[in-house]
Amino acid sequence: MATPVGPLDYARRTWVRLMLMVVFVFLYAPIVTLIAFSFNDSRRNIVWQGFTLDYYGKALRNDSLIEAFGNSLTIALASTIISIILGALVAVLLWRFRFPGRAGYEGAMALPIVIPEICMGVAMLAFFSRVGWPSDLPWPFSLSAITIAHVSFSFPFVAVVVRARLEGFNRELAEAAQDLGATEWQVFRDIMIPFMRPGLVAGGMLAFTLSLDDFVITFFTSGPNTVTFPVKVYSMVRFSVTPEVNAASTILIVITVALTATALWLQNRANDKAERAAG
Amino acid sequence: MESWRRNPLVFWIIGLPPTAWLLGFFLIPLALVWVLSFAELRGVVDMEVTGTLSNYARAIDPLYLQIFVKSFVFAGLTTVVSLVFGFPVALAIVFAPRRWRALLLLLVILPFWTNLLIRTYALIAVLRTRGFVNFTLEWFWDQANAVLSLIGLGSLQLLGGRFEPLELLYNNTAVVVGLVYVHLPFMVLPLYASLEKLDRSLIEAALDLGASQLHAFRTVVVPLALPGIISGSILVFIPALGSFLTPDLLGGTDSQMIANVIERQFKSANDWPFGSALSFLLMYLTFGALALRALYSRRTAGQGRG
Amino acid sequence: MSAIGTDDTPIIEISGLSKRYGPISAVDSVDLTIRRGEFFALLGPSGCGKTTLLRMLAGLELPTEGTIRIDGQDMSMVPANRRPVNMVFQSYAVFPHMSVRDNVAYGLRVDGVPKSDAWEQAEEALNLVKLGGYGPRRPDQLSGGQRQRVALARALVKRPKVLLLDEPLSALDAKLREQMRLELVNLQESVGITFVVVTHDQGEALSMADRIAVMDHGRVQQTAPPAELYEFPQTKFVADFIGSVNLIEGRVQAGGNGQVRLLAPGVPVPVEIEQENGLPEGSTGWLALRPEKVDISNDPPADAARNTVMGTVEEITYLGEVSIFHVRLDDEHPLIKVAIANVDRVTRRPFTWGDRVHLSWTPTCGIVLSQ
Repeated sequence: MATPVGPLDYARRTWVRLMLMVVFVFLYAPIVTLIAFSFNDSRRNIVWQGFTLDYYGKALRNDSLIEAFGNSLTIALASTIISIILGALVAVLLWRFRFPGRAGYEGAMALPIVIPEICMGVAMLAFFSRVGWPSDLPWPFSLSAITIAHVSFSFPFVAVVVRARLEGFNRELAEAAQDLGATEWQVFRDIMIPFMRPGLVAGGMLAFTLSLDDFVITFFTSGPNTVTFPVKVYSMVRFSVTPEVNAASTILIVITVALTATALWLQNRANDKAERAAG
Repeated sequence: MESWRRNPLVFWIIGLPPTAWLLGFFLIPLALVWVLSFAELRGVVDMEVTGTLSNYARAIDPLYLQIFVKSFVFAGLTTVVSLVFGFPVALAIVFAPRRWRALLLLLVILPFWTNLLIRTYALIAVLRTRGFVNFTLEWFWDQANAVLSLIGLGSLQLLGGRFEPLELLYNNTAVVVGLVYVHLPFMVLPLYASLEKLDRSLIEAALDLGASQLHAFRTVVVPLALPGIISGSILVFIPALGSFLTPDLLGGTDSQMIANVIERQFKSANDWPFGSALSFLLMYLTFGALALRALYSRRTAGQGRG
Repeated sequence: MSAIGTDDTPIIEISGLSKRYGPISAVDSVDLTIRRGEFFALLGPSGCGKTTLLRMLAGLELPTEGTIRIDGQDMSMVPANRRPVNMVFQSYAVFPHMSVRDNVAYGLRVDGVPKSDAWEQAEEALNLVKLGGYGPRRPDQLSGGQRQRVALARALVKRPKVLLLDEPLSALDAKLREQMRLELVNLQESVGITFVVVTHDQGEALSMADRIAVMDHGRVQQTAPPAELYEFPQTKFVADFIGSVNLIEGRVQAGGNGQVRLLAPGVPVPVEIEQENGLPEGSTGWLALRPEKVDISNDPPADAARNTVMGTVEEITYLGEVSIFHVRLDDEHPLIKVAIANVDRVTRRPFTWGDRVHLSWTPTCGIVLSQ
């Protein structure tokens, strides 16, 4: 005899299950179709015509797409490194010091996270054109404006992640090191950085994905010679829906999902380790 | 925590680089936009900061006011729809068997990891006239026709002469659908967090005292999940209000939101002062929404201390 | 104990009731009758299924099999909100977002009672649990004990046919618990409603209940009034769970005529017990002997032949009102606990560690159990 549905077994009620199914189909059907049809051997038709990797080949041979992808990776890499450093400094500052205007400082640091992307985008556009940021620098310096913009919205995120990690830091460790004769710098290098590492890695991954994914802010800072992958995809999408875009999108989906999963996994592993060490 | 005075040198070494960056590459650009919002156009690209309020006055022009209203309506609708669909999902996850919970949560978050542009594009591919939804509908239409002709009614063309694909894209509905698609996880996660904390015996007590499921939901679950409902609504409403990409790609000519107007001022209309004023109005609205939430959480925290 | 108001007509009849989660039976074909107006306790260790059984009475869990009749009506599958029973939850489940008054009035308001009437009745119920005037307070301003009273008032105000209490005293501190036991009994007498209380604490059950059902592994082991449960346990589990007991395994040598004779390894003489239920000859039986019913002496007792053994005092535990002597019988095996009341303030210890002592018991002291 089947177990009857209890009053609080909401997950077993038909209408809730139906709702769950509707929501998951809504969330996944588009992405799944997109990925599936990147392998479809037909240019226009959405009827399944057979498996092919042609569009991946085409996407990979599309020079402007590859160039955009290279730009994206370069920007992501550079902005991630700078964001990690700046974010870690903010985290340590807020974790360690009491200073006048601390609450305001924290609020200002959260601004890039909360303000609408479009506002940040136009601010960057206005700023770079007003200060006359050179637009004809050789590659990779031509990407500097975009990179700077990306750092500005990424490093506060890194700061949040690293700060959360620092909450679990036992201040006595630093004091013990100082007691044993370590200088400020040695304490930072030998005690703080190793402890922060999982946070730095997770924050870095986050910064990397944010940079790789960003469209709106990049859209306002990129020029004709500094097209990133999302901006390129945008122009392709505006033009038409093609299996080539599907293929390129699938590649980006796989990269970001893999990166995020790795970041989460690293963070979990670090937490587990910390728990085991504590327990 | 130590006072910065104990170690001013270390304090400055740590604090200076990020602060300088924030100031130079974020606050100054923002301030520049703020200043520009009080400027007047002189010629095609030249601007002069005159302290005029005309740009803000122009925003109240019915044409733009209507776009603000529309953005509000879109964001509000998105919030409501997300809440209506997100609540049962969060409820189901909280009350699902433990081993399913993590997986279901992951399924909610996963789409959130993929690029916004790509997700929007995926939606286009599915919703366009030659997209998957219409294709499926056409298949049903064909089947229905086949059945009709089988029973001898084929010649009557009850379903119309040929299949008319639905116009699912480039209209206001498509924009709201797209916004919900993008923001739903923001609603589910805080709802999940607050429902998870809810003591189940409170719902049981309500049922035990004679309340129907619906009544228990209204008088116990909703009031106790209110912090989650408010967090989720703010988290959906704010980014939805400032959306650029979704109305740009999914909307029709009359589905413009504030961000699209701002973009036009900067990229094609070349009216930076006006665009700046709109940007700051959008930002003020965002801060207003955040302040409301802060006010609410302070009030409930005060109640808790009683 | 409240015999007042009890009559023999059943208010709850449970038959063949089971609750299974996959292959695990939380409640396993339980048959139970609870009488109108009685204070009934479900007693057992944690995980024995007593709470699941209670929740099935409330309608918060639905049975896999079997029926529950409340006041003659089949309620097995009726939703919780349509049952004439109310529950006091272990966590009290006082709604944190409502005032005390709104909490108590909730069940009435749900039934459509106008606000002023509901508030009036709520105030009466609060008086009943000695919380008069607490109406406007919020739950987070109350102590644990007060919150429990709110939960009680909230359930009682609906005048249920049965009040269900899930571990009502477990969250209170020791002192308050004693006091609350008495109060619950008095309350039950004054309102005359049938109480069904779930507890893992035998002291609680023995002191409050008219009848107790002892549960283990989802099954009811025995249902009886407290004294009967203590003096005439029917299973080893009940004998062991209620109070302290010496259990000695043996083989039944003769088991008819109201007398059971048991041969136990390590006990040099056959154990003779007078009891009504006989046991088949040659079967395994367990002698259950309460520590306070064993006589301990330096010299052999007068009737030395019957039920008398010798041993050595191995350990003495002082427990306040009694001291427990652990006596090792000669043949190593059995260790028998003997309780002696400490009647005098200056403990006169007739025996000490290593003393040789005689232990004896009369045939009506113990009981031989078959399972």
